[in-house]
Amino acid sequence: MLRLDSLVKKYKTGDMALKSVNLEIPNGQVLALIGPSGAGKSTLIRCVNRLVEPTSGNVWLGDVELTRLGSSSLRKARRKMGMIFQEYALVERLSVMENVLSGRLGYTGFWRSFFRKFPQPDIDEAFHLLERVGLDHMANKRADELSGGQRQRVGICRALIQNPEILLIDEPTASLDPKTSRQIMRLICELCEERQLAAIINIHDVLLAQMFSKRIIGLQLGEVVYDGPPDGLTPEVLTRIYGEEDWEATVERVDEDNLDAPADILG
Amino acid sequence: MVASQKDNSKVWQRRTTLQQYSVWLSWLIGLSIFTYCWQLISDKTIWMFVMDATTQASDLAERMIPPKWSYMANLWEPVWDTINIATLGTAIALVFAVPVAFCAARNTTPSVYFVRPIALFVIVSSRSINSLIWALMLVTIIGPGVLAGTVAIGLRSIGFCAKLLYEAIEEIDPSQVEAITATGASKGQQLIYGIVPQILPAFAGISVFRWDINIRESTVLGLVGAGGIGLQLDASISTLAWTQVSLILLVILGTVIVSEWVSARIRHSII
Amino acid sequence: MNTSKVQRVWKRPPLISNKLLRWSLWGGAAIYLSIALGTMDINWQRAAEGSSRGADFLGSFFPPDFSSRWDSIVDGILESLWMTVTSTVIGIILSVPVGLGAARNLSYKPVYYFCRGILAVSRTFPEVILAIFFVKLFGFGPFAGFLALSVGTIGFYGKLLAEDIEDMDPVQAEAIKATGAGWLQWLNYSVQPQVMPRMIGLGIYRLDINFRESAVVGIVGGGGIGATLLTSFDRYEFDSAAAILLIIIAFVMVMEYVSSYIRRWVQ
Repeated sequence: MLRLDSLVKKYKTGDMALKSVNLEIPNGQVLALIGPSGAGKSTLIRCVNRLVEPTSGNVWLGDVELTRLGSSSLRKARRKMGMIFQEYALVERLSVMENVLSGRLGYTGFWRSFFRKFPQPDIDEAFHLLERVGLDHMANKRADELSGGQRQRVGICRALIQNPEILLIDEPTASLDPKTSRQIMRLICELCEERQLAAIINIHDVLLAQMFSKRIIGLQLGEVVYDGPPDGLTPEVLTRIYGEEDWEATVERVDEDNLDAPADILG
Repeated sequence: MVASQKDNSKVWQRRTTLQQYSVWLSWLIGLSIFTYCWQLISDKTIWMFVMDATTQASDLAERMIPPKWSYMANLWEPVWDTINIATLGTAIALVFAVPVAFCAARNTTPSVYFVRPIALFVIVSSRSINSLIWALMLVTIIGPGVLAGTVAIGLRSIGFCAKLLYEAIEEIDPSQVEAITATGASKGQQLIYGIVPQILPAFAGISVFRWDINIRESTVLGLVGAGGIGLQLDASISTLAWTQVSLILLVILGTVIVSEWVSARIRHSII
Repeated sequence: MNTSKVQRVWKRPPLISNKLLRWSLWGGAAIYLSIALGTMDINWQRAAEGSSRGADFLGSFFPPDFSSRWDSIVDGILESLWMTVTSTVIGIILSVPVGLGAARNLSYKPVYYFCRGILAVSRTFPEVILAIFFVKLFGFGPFAGFLALSVGTIGFYGKLLAEDIEDMDPVQAEAIKATGAGWLQWLNYSVQPQVMPRMIGLGIYRLDINFRESAVVGIVGGGGIGATLLTSFDRYEFDSAAAILLIIIAFVMVMEYVSSYIRRWVQ
């Protein structure tokens, strides 16, 4: 279980990215975080694993409080949180297999990882995961030879091989075409189901969020303005999150369940 | 660009009057600096010698042709030494340049206020002193020979390699490092998984590039006694053996062309 | 798909897949290194004896003595600066026509080969060798150094100018040609604006290089600070030599700072 207690982030420039966010995510829940650019979505998930240092407030993962950990216990805690990135953030000049195995770095000593001598169970698990996402034949390809969708699958494997309790997912579909976006979202949700993982998914695309998650959080200027089920996203709520716009099309399309229409209305 | 109204027709000028004057003024200043410098140099020049240069040149050319081909037998070893000086010097430089570069790059330095300025100073001092001057010092310290030349080339190249390398480190994609950090990797692991793969191509390119330059530079180190083909050049010039000099120049030309070809091939195969 | 629980090994694929080639490259490198290190003829005994001597020797560089040779240092530095300025200006002026001729997209085949030839020859020989010959022809003093640096500048600047012109955007050049502009007008309106910012930066960079090289041409009689440096080495006045070296470093640092400032201002 992940709990955020009045989490605040103020950047050096004076921008209040997060204004006292309270949030509780039970085990196994997939949560979608929507909101306009600059609402603080990305800051929020980065404050959880402290790629961005929160200014004040607490983050509890199970019964560990993350914001006060020293660097070595922080590394131990990060192993429990898998992260998936917007532009995949694979190390492009390493092979697919090395990228997947890099998810085990927190468990492996320096020299073992330097000589790429990972323990056999890790390697078995890596092959297993690559098989699960359908990329086991690509293991020795370099990451920059892969297409966008394939790269994001590798990114997912890298997060899962950490054996995490929660996934932090930052705009997983932002650089993918609509069809691949759905495939990736579906894969993420299936995997969370299989492993009973909690997940926070930052997502631009309201339609995708509504399709794939049971709970939606709307963030606006660093504040939670909506927390509820996907069908509660009425035009009024969307206006509260994103501002004035004609939302009927978005809402209608969900009602009709016409899911093959282009999803990128919000661009 | 300025447009103004004058006598019913719009006037267009590229610059305002003030801008135009300041452009002229800076040309004037530049020109007077140049003429002043030129004046000072010409004062120190004996123009009679300069006028005489054409006859001198034709005389010299006459004495240099044809090259003394039989002297080639004495040149194979110096050429080999020259190549060794360049290669080993580059290797030494790379060994030292890597840690210096990591200390100098803003995103990997252990301390911006303490370590980084030191690293930058190392880079500037190594770069600003020519390898011939390094050699001049080293010959007096460790004695004449190939070793002095190698160390001189090494010292001169540290700054060059470290500068290019630290610029490459500062230009890496930070999100890849962030992703590695998020897995719980330690600092050392972030380095070898997140940063090193990204700068490896730049590193290879820089070493070949510098090796090519070093071949050129090591041909003259012999002038101060630091080994290589420059020794023969110096000896031949001081004994006025001009036919040997012309052969040596041809050999240098050949070595440089071959090294340029080799480095172009290697760089091509890396990219 | 192979789903049986067989352990699958994974090793990082080597950079060069051909085993024979890989090992012969390694072997070749090892043999070369051992032979090359052999030619170094390092006399370890002498090195051990000499190390204390070397330390003494290094000690004689400290503290740097600025005062006793101050007048000749100032003379040398000034002479170096004059040489730097004049040779950069003249070298760049001369290299413009050569560079234009050596750009494949501007010139005719015979002109192209002729200009490329000039560039190749002036680039091959280090400034020091050029200086030796100019000293022979024109006598000792800064004039010979000035000529050597100018020729070096032609090779450097002409080549980069030619490459820059070859890389320029042909569409802009075509558009100006389409207006019916003459050749010089065409140069002034399409080529010059495209290459100018970078070439100004490179000109300042060459000023930098020429100052450094001016310290070297003095060693073979080409005037400047190098002559002063050589004199102090010959007289075993190493503390003065250290002072000169520090002054050179300081000058280069200042010039580097100024040039980075100017380059930013130009762009």
